[in-house]
Amino acid sequence: MADTLVVSRKRRSWAGWKFVGPFMAVFALVFLAPIGYSIYLSLYRNRLIGGNSFVGLDNYTQALQDAQFWAGFGRVALFLVVQVPIMLILALLVALAIDSGRLYGKAFFRVTIFLPYAVPAVVATLMWGFMYGPQFGLVGNINDALNITLPDPLGGSLALASIGNIVTWEFVGYNMLIFYSALRVVPGSLYESAEIDGAGQFRIIRAIKLPAIRGALVIATIFSVIGSFQLFNEPAILRPLAKNVLTTGYTPNMYAYQLSFSGQQYNYAATVAIIMGLITMVIAYVVQLRGTREN
Amino acid sequence: MTTTVQPSAAAPTGAAPRARIRQDRRAPRRSIVLTLLTGVVAIYSLVPLVWLVINATKTQEGLLSSFGLWSNLRQTFTYDDGVFLRWLGNTVLYVVVGAGGATLLSTLAGYGLAKFDFPGRRAVFAVVIGAVAVPGTALAVPTFLMFSRMGLTNTPWSVIIPSLISPFGLYLMWTFSSQAVPDEMLEAARVDGAGEFRTFFRISVPLLGPGIVTALLFNMVVTWNNYFLPLIMLKDPDWYPLTIGLNAWNEQAQTAGSEAVFNLVITGSLLTILPLLAAFLLLQRYWQSGLAAGSVKE
Repeated sequence: MADTLVVSRKRRSWAGWKFVGPFMAVFALVFLAPIGYSIYLSLYRNRLIGGNSFVGLDNYTQALQDAQFWAGFGRVALFLVVQVPIMLILALLVALAIDSGRLYGKAFFRVTIFLPYAVPAVVATLMWGFMYGPQFGLVGNINDALNITLPDPLGGSLALASIGNIVTWEFVGYNMLIFYSALRVVPGSLYESAEIDGAGQFRIIRAIKLPAIRGALVIATIFSVIGSFQLFNEPAILRPLAKNVLTTGYTPNMYAYQLSFSGQQYNYAATVAIIMGLITMVIAYVVQLRGTREN
Repeated sequence: MTTTVQPSAAAPTGAAPRARIRQDRRAPRRSIVLTLLTGVVAIYSLVPLVWLVINATKTQEGLLSSFGLWSNLRQTFTYDDGVFLRWLGNTVLYVVVGAGGATLLSTLAGYGLAKFDFPGRRAVFAVVIGAVAVPGTALAVPTFLMFSRMGLTNTPWSVIIPSLISPFGLYLMWTFSSQAVPDEMLEAARVDGAGEFRTFFRISVPLLGPGIVTALLFNMVVTWNNYFLPLIMLKDPDWYPLTIGLNAWNEQAQTAGSEAVFNLVITGSLLTILPLLAAFLLLQRYWQSGLAAGSVKE
């Protein structure tokens, strides 16, 4: 990224702002202003008696001791540690398989596996939710056909895994495409000389392909980290099917949503959102640092 | 004559084995096992979609024998005075203005960042990259409160304005512009006295074609599939996009005592995903080359 910051042979002038200006104006309105307002909100508290008053970091100390917040955080952290590696490794394997040129009908695979990305999270969750149904869904059909009783996919401990399955289904193809696009631009001559040197396929993957797409791996990981910490749509839409398991504070995001739109606790909701934002930024930064340092 | 022919005839025989080996490397032997393994992932990707299509042909009564797709379609479009069509229209509005605007803004800005040096350029990078790491939902509550003070909530603008910013589009158009548009061409146009915007539309836009199509497609997906933003911004069902409307039907179907409309949820879901699937399938050539070019700089 940094090397493209160096612009050669270009006259320095204000002309560029004519192109960048409109984007930055809207960006300021929908990104910078809300971030600023959010920080402002998190430092105040609205009481029935006394109205709006400055409370310093009180909201933050309250959030850091809030068991419900940490329970939600624990769930998305577990989700991150289990679901993200499974999804990214699967995506990487498929990308390597398609790129190897050893598949019959590789164009078919490339498009088919990517298609779920175009399906809205709402529809994906509704579909999987129906299929999870033990009575009239696919799980129910399997139970009837084989005369067995599979555990309820949305029951207690399995619910998070079932949500992970939906998210994996949605984004495996998207990540595959990021990896595959990066693999496509590795010069073929590198493989040829490696093969002449007697390197096998797995060695070529480890020594040439993976280092060559390091940037794509880092970007995909950062996007996945952000996505995990923001987990909202899937559990929120599945909620009517399993109200006792998928509580209103199931993820930090659902918690913040519930605080503001059911509880009118905007200040506290902003605080929870900022804490999650800070944690996300720190982890994204660490991933980027590790990913680029190992060069 | 024969002396000149002979060496050139000898050369191919010497080069032939080498050329054949190289060809073998370019097209390695196909593997059935690898194809089958990848096939498992393809089946995983297709199963829910096939399930959706099959179930869209079943009526609410679950008469497995009868083919109910037409009656389901009719019901979906006419239920509740045709509210589904209204949601479809809203979604198209949000996608045309939101995704179209986002593509225009990110194309201009990506091009500006790639092809101009201007005061504050580094600051723009730093601010945009830093802000992208902030989770969208951290912005949701304050954006809602701000928009509600401005009287924008419960109007199409509350969904359209935030959709206008696409960091992915900006990144894509920036990497794409720096490769697809040669500086020499711009210099030449400037020497000829063409203005910057004239140069942009006449020379650069045609070169940026695949990148613009790719950015537009991905922006369309994000806007068409948007759920969280309209969920917090809109209260009036008349402004719902399809995603919120479908979920409202689903919640109605889950609530005891109210009319069960599962068949409408399923048929509506199928109708919701068809336009995007069609767009991706039809425009494959463009977005795949656009993504490949965009990833060079990663």
